[in-house]
Amino acid sequence: MTYILGISAFYHDSAAALIQDGKIISAAQEERFTRKKHDSGFPTNAINFVLNFSNVKLNEIDHIVFYEKPFLKFERLLETYVAFAPKGFQSFSRAMPLWLKEKLFQKKFIFDHLKNIDKVFKDETKLLFSEHHLSHAASAFYPSPFEEAIILTADGVGEWATTTVAIGKKNNVEIKKELHFPHSLGLLYSAFTYYTGFKVNSGEYKLMGLAPYGKPLYVDKILKNLIDLKDDGTFMLDQKYFNYSTGLTMTNKNFDALFGKKPRKPETEKITQFHMDIAASIQNVTEKIMLLLVKSLKKEYEIPNLCLAGGVALNCVANGKILQEKIFENIWVQPAAGDAGGSLGAALAYWHIDLNKEREEINKDNMRGSYLGNEFKENEIIETFDEIGAVYEKLNQDEIIEKTVNALSKGKAVGWFQGRMEFGPRALGNRSILGDPRSNTMQKNLNLKVKYRESFRPFAPSILREDLNDWFEMKTDSPYMLFVSYLKKDKTLKLNEDQKKLFGIDLLNVKKSEIPAVTHVDYSARVQTVSKDTNPLYYKLISKFKEKTNCPVLVNTSFNIRGEPIVHTPKDAFKCFMGTELDVLVVGNCYLAKTDQDLNLKSDYTNNFELD
Amino acid sequence: MSFLKEFVKFLMERKKFWLLPILIFLLIFGALFVVTQGTAVAPFIYTIF
Repeated sequence: MTYILGISAFYHDSAAALIQDGKIISAAQEERFTRKKHDSGFPTNAINFVLNFSNVKLNEIDHIVFYEKPFLKFERLLETYVAFAPKGFQSFSRAMPLWLKEKLFQKKFIFDHLKNIDKVFKDETKLLFSEHHLSHAASAFYPSPFEEAIILTADGVGEWATTTVAIGKKNNVEIKKELHFPHSLGLLYSAFTYYTGFKVNSGEYKLMGLAPYGKPLYVDKILKNLIDLKDDGTFMLDQKYFNYSTGLTMTNKNFDALFGKKPRKPETEKITQFHMDIAASIQNVTEKIMLLLVKSLKKEYEIPNLCLAGGVALNCVANGKILQEKIFENIWVQPAAGDAGGSLGAALAYWHIDLNKEREEINKDNMRGSYLGNEFKENEIIETFDEIGAVYEKLNQDEIIEKTVNALSKGKAVGWFQGRMEFGPRALGNRSILGDPRSNTMQKNLNLKVKYRESFRPFAPSILREDLNDWFEMKTDSPYMLFVSYLKKDKTLKLNEDQKKLFGIDLLNVKKSEIPAVTHVDYSARVQTVSKDTNPLYYKLISKFKEKTNCPVLVNTSFNIRGEPIVHTPKDAFKCFMGTELDVLVVGNCYLAKTDQDLNLKSDYTNNFELD
Repeated sequence: MSFLKEFVKFLMERKKFWLLPILIFLLIFGALFVVTQGTAVAPFIYTIF
């Protein structure tokens, strides 16, 4: 039996993953344990979890693979500073001490941390390093149900590569070509995230959510000035407008002059139609680039399957456009497409490429629904609640489903905590807040009273797989909520003349469809298809909801508030439940109503987390 | 020691020897700053730059 531990850390979203003879066993992000969003520290807790889950000690692990190569990264940094010198001295003087003190000696640093986990662990030769984009590519290909696929990875930057094309065939992944720093689609998107006043590395979702409120008025400006885009989707960014290579911001004065405004100050400046138009424009450009890239790759390699990973692959609107264009027969996106998934990819790459091991179950999605995290036994849940002084009802599974469906159909917001935690940024029905999508006030209520986040942000629908074709244009599985599709025409509602005149944020309050809580202003939705195989309990819940309401859809949003990592333990869930206006909490077979709880257990929750 | 061995291997593989003088400079002066921090020599080191 061979165990391989994959680790990603030190940039953002640290994580650990464990595979056993090539089979994915467990994976988790460090943020869930430390309660610090996007935690970049060494993932001690996540490693302890994956080891405990399989009941192995670190010393018994055969190989430990870090997801990127620090020397190569250092080479890129040094070369970039030399290329731009004397510009960038400030950034250089900040970065170098850190690298010379710590980061350059990452092997020792990681080894020391590992020794802290298991004192007996001594064998330094077990510690290996994969390449950043190879880790992404491996994470996208090996768990996919394809024997052969084109793999496209795109993110901010790894060592040098920002966009990589690889071909996966049986147990091999071969990188064919790369785009290098500073020419990066991820960084281009992040530059606009920064410019519109959102936090880089976390606010990209918000920009994507804001885009449908705007008009893509600046597409030509972007294409003419910022980017030299070729017909095959490759591109170069004009560094005249950016500051990320050498500075401490993403964009510079030339960028501001081009668009006629300074970057939005998030604390004092409101989001205006200008920011929405900017969001729509960069989203449009991103989709253009992705479409050109995949079209040219399909033409070149003539392989019908596509795998995607890297932070850009979390742009589910762009993924949806690729799907809609029917360029490929099948598309599979790694649910932990960001750096967290690199831990899994690093382990898989070593098993299949370096150790030359065959893939055992091709033609099957081997990601296990991305339910790879921690789970809690009934006695642990009960112990926690008894200790806290929570008032709960212990029911059997049928009763819990019945009662939860009743609450949902009455418009209650429900915290739903079941089974193993999801790996990746999406809650897929195990650590979710659920609601009735038919309610006209649900989106606003969930955003403002439960999640404490911006009112413009959309929610996603979970739908029974067999009902997908009746409700959405999309025809394929989307178990990981990584494709945006459009609502079927017959499910939308006609707007009256006054409503038609509205634009931007004013559209938010207009009832647009039979399921307004999950219908974005452009009638799009980030769909999660739920099937019996991947999540039987969640499937049962939605089926029961359908039985009662004739609607096979639920609102599904992650179980957390703005700036908080998704809840990890029953205790986290209870804290979030009491700190927000959630009406009901269901953990395993325990049912908790807010009205039954001791109000002294309520705490000020919103200030516990730094806003993202 | 193993760090140096690995770094030399890395340079041989990447063939970017022009980075070597920059790195040596950074390492020497970096080490000097760290070692002399809080000592009587520190002010003299800082005046050089």
